[in-house]
Amino acid sequence: MASLGKIARRTFLFGSAAIAGGVALGVWYLKAPAPNPLKPAEGETSLSPFVLIDGSGVTLIAPRAEMGQGVHTTWAALIAEELDLAWEQVRVIHGPPATAYYNAALMAENAPGPAYGKSAFQHAVGKAMGTLGKPLKMQVTGGSTAMKDGFERMRAAGAAAREMLKTAAAQRLGVDVARLRTENGAVIAPDGTVLPYADLAAEAAGIAPREVVLRDPSDWKLLGRALPRLDMVAKTTGTAQYAIDMRPEGLRFAALRMSPRRGAMLSFDATQAQAMPGVEKIVDLGDGVAVIASNTWLAMQAVNAIDADWGPAPYPETSEAIMAEIAAAFDNTPDSTLRDEGDADTLPAGATEVTAEYRVPFLAHATMEPLNATAKISAEGLEIWSGNQLPTFVRRACAEEAGLDETRVTVHTTLMGGGFGRRGELDFSVLATRVAMALPGTPVMTTWSREEDMTQDFYRPAAIGRMRGAVRDGTAVLLDAAVAGPSTARPALKRWMGFAPPGPDQVHVEGLWNQPYAIPNIRARGYIAADLQVPVGFWRSVGNSYNGFIHESFMDEMAHAAGADPLAFRLALARKAWGPAAACLEAVREMSGWPDKPQGTGRGVALCFSFGTPAACVVEVADEDGAIRLTRAWIAADVGVALDPGILDQQLVGGLVYGLSAAMMGEITFADGRAEQQNFPDYDALRMGQMPVVETRILQTQRWISGIGEPGTPPAAPALANALFDLTGERHRTLPLNRSVSFV
Amino acid sequence: MPTTLTVNGTAHRVDLPEDVPLLWVLRDALTLTGTKYGCGVAACGACTVHIDGEAVRACQVALGDVWGEVTTIEGLGTPESLSRLQQAWVDHQVAQCGYCQSGQILQAAALLAETPRPSDAEIDAAMSGNLCRCGTYPRIRAAIRSAAGMEG
Repeated sequence: MASLGKIARRTFLFGSAAIAGGVALGVWYLKAPAPNPLKPAEGETSLSPFVLIDGSGVTLIAPRAEMGQGVHTTWAALIAEELDLAWEQVRVIHGPPATAYYNAALMAENAPGPAYGKSAFQHAVGKAMGTLGKPLKMQVTGGSTAMKDGFERMRAAGAAAREMLKTAAAQRLGVDVARLRTENGAVIAPDGTVLPYADLAAEAAGIAPREVVLRDPSDWKLLGRALPRLDMVAKTTGTAQYAIDMRPEGLRFAALRMSPRRGAMLSFDATQAQAMPGVEKIVDLGDGVAVIASNTWLAMQAVNAIDADWGPAPYPETSEAIMAEIAAAFDNTPDSTLRDEGDADTLPAGATEVTAEYRVPFLAHATMEPLNATAKISAEGLEIWSGNQLPTFVRRACAEEAGLDETRVTVHTTLMGGGFGRRGELDFSVLATRVAMALPGTPVMTTWSREEDMTQDFYRPAAIGRMRGAVRDGTAVLLDAAVAGPSTARPALKRWMGFAPPGPDQVHVEGLWNQPYAIPNIRARGYIAADLQVPVGFWRSVGNSYNGFIHESFMDEMAHAAGADPLAFRLALARKAWGPAAACLEAVREMSGWPDKPQGTGRGVALCFSFGTPAACVVEVADEDGAIRLTRAWIAADVGVALDPGILDQQLVGGLVYGLSAAMMGEITFADGRAEQQNFPDYDALRMGQMPVVETRILQTQRWISGIGEPGTPPAAPALANALFDLTGERHRTLPLNRSVSFV
Repeated sequence: MPTTLTVNGTAHRVDLPEDVPLLWVLRDALTLTGTKYGCGVAACGACTVHIDGEAVRACQVALGDVWGEVTTIEGLGTPESLSRLQQAWVDHQVAQCGYCQSGQILQAAALLAETPRPSDAEIDAAMSGNLCRCGTYPRIRAAIRSAAGMEG
């Protein structure tokens, strides 16, 4: 692996240069970043890892997990924009796992310094670090990175393919390439002759891509518009194929049970299960047991009839004991002090001190499609169908499980019925492989019951925030923030790659140390409960999901202690730190008419910067016969470049609802080492009748494009809790809120 | 003994125990995978189908108890020939992950069959049993209103 310095130098040397009318990208950029994984069949031609052409047209490759966030649509639009395809012609597939599909933006998140208001230098360092994704084969969907990653690269891929096709046409016609143009999936000759790409593909494939100039956004035909999503008709007619809908020939159906204490299985007795209808095989999974049957429900009935003896949990048995272990982490040496400016130890003269402690629970992902995967082991190798966010790692892990070389493993990545980070895990694909190995030659789908899905999750970790601040003259003069909890990133990265990078855990404190407020004395420390073994993982917005609540609840408390309007208090501090963050606050102020509000309502505001995107939110609540109703919400985010306003709106609303659901009622608790919540009746989410009217606004004032899949989530909980304070005068420092609030 | 079942106008003979829920008959025996498994306890609505036009949770109806003709999402319309309601879903770009949408659409279809111009309260009452984790509720409401000929 090249050293980071070497990669950085190379990037600085060859970085793209802006010229009039667009961005010029040289051959160095257009070279396939790794071998082309596409294996064109007879009659198909691949112009790059992202463009496949056959007799019927062009298929674009969007090798990112489509879990609802619309990534396939916008990724395809980036390519199609430069390739001059009519939107009706665009077809998109996920494609195979491949190094060529590494995520160049994910690692870039770890570039040093606060990420907001990034300088060109910081941006370049981030891009250089992103190239580390390639040697790590990091084909990962996560961290709200897809558009950051694809924005330039995919337009370049489209432009390169277009120029190859034009060159092929020029050679065939014997005319200068400059006299050719492209539209609607065809090259147009000077005399108006239409040469469809399909007719030129074979000749074009032999042509080396040349330098291309990316079009100016003012010339865009597809980008910048709310396009009809490519998956919409299928998802409206029941024809969209999720992993759970795969039906390879001869399919059998399996259900499983793993230790509810997340430890060992000591023994099991399947005598009764063996005799149940439809049962074909009982499979000992080592730390669990599965039943293969002719029908999923029969398999579930049988697996539930197995009498199993489970070993102890590798973590404290109760929520109380777990929270005590998290609280004890504050006594450790800080894992990180990512920010320490001014003097956070000394109370400034004349200032009023404010302190508060916040607690948030473990959370399940609860994707609508329960976890499942299908595997078939045969003489040819292993074939696996899995809705996952990390196909190269799935291939490696399943190959290891089956004792096969990776080259003999085929991974089909399907549409996903929700991901939220849960499908960035390997367990369900590996377990499906283990089950299928018991029935060689037969494809076996292993479906987790909702109860298994919920009790075998890698949870969003519980956390405790301890905040100390000081206010004077209506503003904040000190903020000393600390958070304790188990590390999410270290065990998750270990599961992915077998190791976790050294250094402080940034993910644990994201949303706490890097918020866009100019406070002169400021410190942020992270404390890790390193021995706490509750399985935890990435959950939509990750560390920001709890730090957003801690930080923005406390900002509200400081505003009130300062006698200031909570929005004006934030705005004054944000203006001094970063314009786009202030612009988001101004947007929700205007949209909501703040500080005016209907009588009998309470309103709360929050501003969270996550994944490069500032997002501000105002939530309004009202008392309805003793129960709280969420009446309205306004949310604004600045993504730099708005590629698809329709999808951006969906993601902001969706992120907000995900955060509100968790804030109101989301909680996984433990007793006897087992997660107590099993299914939606005890782990519910916002329902239609509880849904506030939401208005969104997308801003484009910041310099770089940023993500939208997660930034809507962090401000939801604090905006709601702050609104409750505004309405009732009661401050809620513990989630979920339904412990103390009755909601409609 | 095989059970006879009519789904989307086609009669099927199913050789499964009579206590197998309709959901798993549709999905695993008849390969009608548009009907989704979400919870198995009638708490999410992802498996909603119609029996004689009434919206029911297919995870709660045993094969032996199916009392009439079953309509699933595949019977409501096809990509080439969308029903009016499905067209409204497309017009409003409702789906995100899409997994709950078959159930949402069938629930909404039953609502509109009974209440052609539902109020917001009636929409809430009819649809609150159908869970969506992506937060598509505002667009679902807009699509229902649009299909009912009520703009905005």
